[in-house]
Amino acid sequence: MSSARILTGPSWGLRAILLVLLLPLLSACGYNTIPTAEERAKAAWSEVLNQYQRRADLIPNLVETVKGYAAHERETLEAVVDARAKATQVSVSPDALSDPDAFRAFQESQAGLTGALSRLLAVVENYPDLKANQNFLALQAQLEGTENRIAVARRDYIEAVREYNTILRTFPSVIWATLWFTDNKPYQTFTVSEDKLEAPKVDFGTKQGG
Amino acid sequence: MRGQEVFLRQRVLPGLAMVMVLLAGLLAAVHAAELPALTGRVVDEADIIDAQTEAALTTKLADFEKKSSDQIVVATVPSLDGEAIEPYANRLFRAWKLGQAGENNGILLLVAPNDRRMRIEVGYGLEGTLTDLHSKLIIENTMVPAFRAGDFSGGISAAVDDIIMVLEGNAAELEARARRNASEDEEPVDWIAVIFITIWLSVFIGGFAMAILAPIFGRKIGPHTYRWLGMDISIGGGGGGGYSSGGRSSGGWSSGSSGGGFSGGGGSSGGGGASGSW
Repeated sequence: MSSARILTGPSWGLRAILLVLLLPLLSACGYNTIPTAEERAKAAWSEVLNQYQRRADLIPNLVETVKGYAAHERETLEAVVDARAKATQVSVSPDALSDPDAFRAFQESQAGLTGALSRLLAVVENYPDLKANQNFLALQAQLEGTENRIAVARRDYIEAVREYNTILRTFPSVIWATLWFTDNKPYQTFTVSEDKLEAPKVDFGTKQGG
Repeated sequence: MRGQEVFLRQRVLPGLAMVMVLLAGLLAAVHAAELPALTGRVVDEADIIDAQTEAALTTKLADFEKKSSDQIVVATVPSLDGEAIEPYANRLFRAWKLGQAGENNGILLLVAPNDRRMRIEVGYGLEGTLTDLHSKLIIENTMVPAFRAGDFSGGISAAVDDIIMVLEGNAAELEARARRNASEDEEPVDWIAVIFITIWLSVFIGGFAMAILAPIFGRKIGPHTYRWLGMDISIGGGGGGGYSSGGRSSGGWSSGSSGGGFSGGGGSSGGGGASGSW
């Protein structure tokens, strides 16, 4: 009779007994791991946002420089400007990381900007004067570095989220997750395929020369 | 309540024990990465740097670390096994922990001759000094021409000179960084800790010594009471003595410039720098 009641849901009595039984264990490895992992994932996410912002900040300068040499590539340039505007509008605060829709929207807007940027850099190949421009070379090196930083920040975030989500589901921390941290939901992580996110390559014309 | 206890004993506890065994098994199965070991400041796995240059580079880099605390490491690997050089360099940088902890002032110059790729990976702390553009320019203007001519030793050596030149260009920051890290190396004695530990040890060990020595050498004057060295010492009968692990006062060696061995100082990198190919 009473065992049927237990199976329908943890009563306070069962919770109390569980807590008392597990107290020695939990003091060693329990309570703190969930908030710690959560904060680490949030910090990793801030770094991702930071690097995407850095990329967005580079773009107006890049567009201006390209315009000076390739003004009639209007469509490509406008696509980059639009994609940037869209990407800067969509942001995911660290508190909303468990929201799949917000996360997907963020991912798609940033992937759209990545695509527009790589088309722009492909077009630039046709303008040798532009490619020799010092300002453009500097911007391109910065852009390439930023894309790589984004990749690193994404990897760090994926790893931090993997740890956090694992902690929420594994023993012994799962006990804390069900008894105490009931609001903590697993975080979303990047799912867009890697080829969509390939960093624009900076060429500097070395390939033709060699 | 009775039913719950039975339920716990019969179902939950064996289940918990099983999960714990499984977890222990998982922890044991930590696999190792296939990155080269950090054997020195020049890790020439691909064997493309001649011995003379390697020795000169090692000395130069050691001197530079002494001066600035920046850790520059040159590495060559025969193959990247299909991995792009950027993630490989970042993994290697983080595995070797280049740069001082907290400063993250390390630089990794990585060359993969069979993939014809090279990369300068810059730690967080030096991103502002050796910018992505500097790294790109060093690769394109110094390394690529030499590598195309087949002169790996010359190209790498010149690139290291360029990197040092850029880092020294910011002289004020360089000196400040060196000062910050030099003061850590000296490891001033923490007198407060020494005094505290001394008092604590004498109280702790003294109590134990009295409890053990008094019954042996002293004269029994009552139940659990002894007179020894002019003191009346009563010992709590049967009370278990506590155990505490002793506080270690050693500061730990800061890795890097000390001795013949070389290891990273605990720095990290977020993917700064530039890559190139020839």
